[in-house]
Amino acid sequence: MKRLFPALLLCSLAAACGSSNGADPVQFGHDPQLPDQQTGLVPTMKIASPAPWGDHRPVVPQGYTITAIATGFGIARQTLVLPNGDILVAEGRGGHEAALRPKDFIAGIIKAKGTSHAKSGNRLTLLRDADGDGTYELRTVFASGLDAPYGLALVGNTLYVANQGSLVRFDYRPGQTVASGPPVTLTDLPSRINHHWTKSLAASADGRYLYVGIGSNSNITERGMDAEIDRAMVWQVDTATGAHRPFATGLRNPTALAIQPGSGQLWTVVNERDELGPDLVPDYLTSVREGAFYGWPYSYWGQHVDRRVHPQDPAKVASATRPDYGLGSHVAALGLAFSSPAMGPRFAEGVFVGEHGSWNRSRPSGYKVVFIPFRNGRPTGAPVDVVTGFQGASGDTWGRPVGVTVDPKGSLLVADDLSNTIWRVTPAR
Amino acid sequence: MVVVQAGRPAPVLHPLQAALVAGIAPLFIGALLCDLAYGSTAEPQWSNFAAWLLAGGMVYAGFALLWALIDLVRLRTTRGRAGLLALALLALFVFGLVDCFVHARDAWAIMPDGPILSAVVAVLSLIALALSLSLLRRERVA
Repeated sequence: MKRLFPALLLCSLAAACGSSNGADPVQFGHDPQLPDQQTGLVPTMKIASPAPWGDHRPVVPQGYTITAIATGFGIARQTLVLPNGDILVAEGRGGHEAALRPKDFIAGIIKAKGTSHAKSGNRLTLLRDADGDGTYELRTVFASGLDAPYGLALVGNTLYVANQGSLVRFDYRPGQTVASGPPVTLTDLPSRINHHWTKSLAASADGRYLYVGIGSNSNITERGMDAEIDRAMVWQVDTATGAHRPFATGLRNPTALAIQPGSGQLWTVVNERDELGPDLVPDYLTSVREGAFYGWPYSYWGQHVDRRVHPQDPAKVASATRPDYGLGSHVAALGLAFSSPAMGPRFAEGVFVGEHGSWNRSRPSGYKVVFIPFRNGRPTGAPVDVVTGFQGASGDTWGRPVGVTVDPKGSLLVADDLSNTIWRVTPAR
Repeated sequence: MVVVQAGRPAPVLHPLQAALVAGIAPLFIGALLCDLAYGSTAEPQWSNFAAWLLAGGMVYAGFALLWALIDLVRLRTTRGRAGLLALALLALFVFGLVDCFVHARDAWAIMPDGPILSAVVAVLSLIALALSLSLLRRERVA
């Protein structure tokens, strides 16, 4: 009898480790393969091992070059290119959730190993390349004393910044290197617990509305339904009054928002739920339809029910909208930017997506920037690697991409929150 | 295994070991009750409580098991109630560990495995407690 128990335990553990051998299911595009759910005993955790870049450099396609234009940030997350070519970098780390279970303590310690230990900057840094030679020789602190700023948007002469708990604005004059005064709060944002604390931001084409992406307060409601009020949704905020309403819901963690040039359509990338196995659930890119419900927490990719939610809600499941385009499971998409023909013919129409990289699967996914080609305004075909080489075969990880921004003059900016570097990808001219 | 020699005194239980074993039962029974409360309310704080009670019970169970195994080696026997106690503690520890992992799942994913395992370890903790108390009594009689 004594021998039976360890055997039983080993079997259970093996089941938890899952079938990570064999071919990965194809999970990009409109109809990703969705394997059965796996709930093992121990969630698979493979955490990045941070290492200095040394002689390594990110890899870009032939015909492109990549350079580090600035480093040493207090956690570089998102960037904004101002009309005069200056770059604003949002720096910070947010969240104030308490560990509620033994698991939260243990997982917290393990996951922290894969991220930067830099102090949260809580500021915006401005970078300027006055002579256009690709060297950003001026660096100033544009605004400090912010609270984990993340989303950035410029509407006319107003700069909007989404802190983890408030949406604020600064007056902006072209050429300014330091904000002329303290920020004015347009509206508070949901900030209790802030498990997913990043508040993504985009402004409508006419500048009348701001869209704010607000992540869920849990993986899958393990902090209770009350904690999810006003979470996992995109708010539409009136810039004139600060009034808000839910624009779309059921989006577990909409980490980046972007307005499609031409159509004015709002798009987002969403981080889906964990602990259902290495190949569930695919993160996705989707157009955000007004009033639509995208499934979280009750279901994923349309009507695939997540039984971890109780009580369940079949009516909500039935109403769930399928996202447009799967990006792959656990890639952790955190950046989204529409490209322009200035990025070269290969990347003329489509979006760049920054993928921070996985923790919940034994073979890492993400850890790169990809390009999703569009045709007739819709994503189509397979993702194309744009910036890779953030992680070596040994698991050594030199950088982790977050925000991606296209400079209309023809470059792609990538914020790396592990080495705290801003990378700039340019087509060779 | 070495045969118990005639004249060797019956295995005795140290009172501190008895206290360790006695500490397991209320924690594991508490975990079971919290699991049942979660089952009827779907309020996750109950399963958080259960996870902590289980973790506490595992600290007691770990030390009690270690002590019992050392006793087996020291007394060079697996027979009798001391052997049964070690076996009960081993089963308790293994099922308790699995139960802890199950309680690390999110939200309703602990159902129904959580309460089932908590019931198993609660019963095992009572068996271990009864065995250890009976060993104390035998010592006094002897």
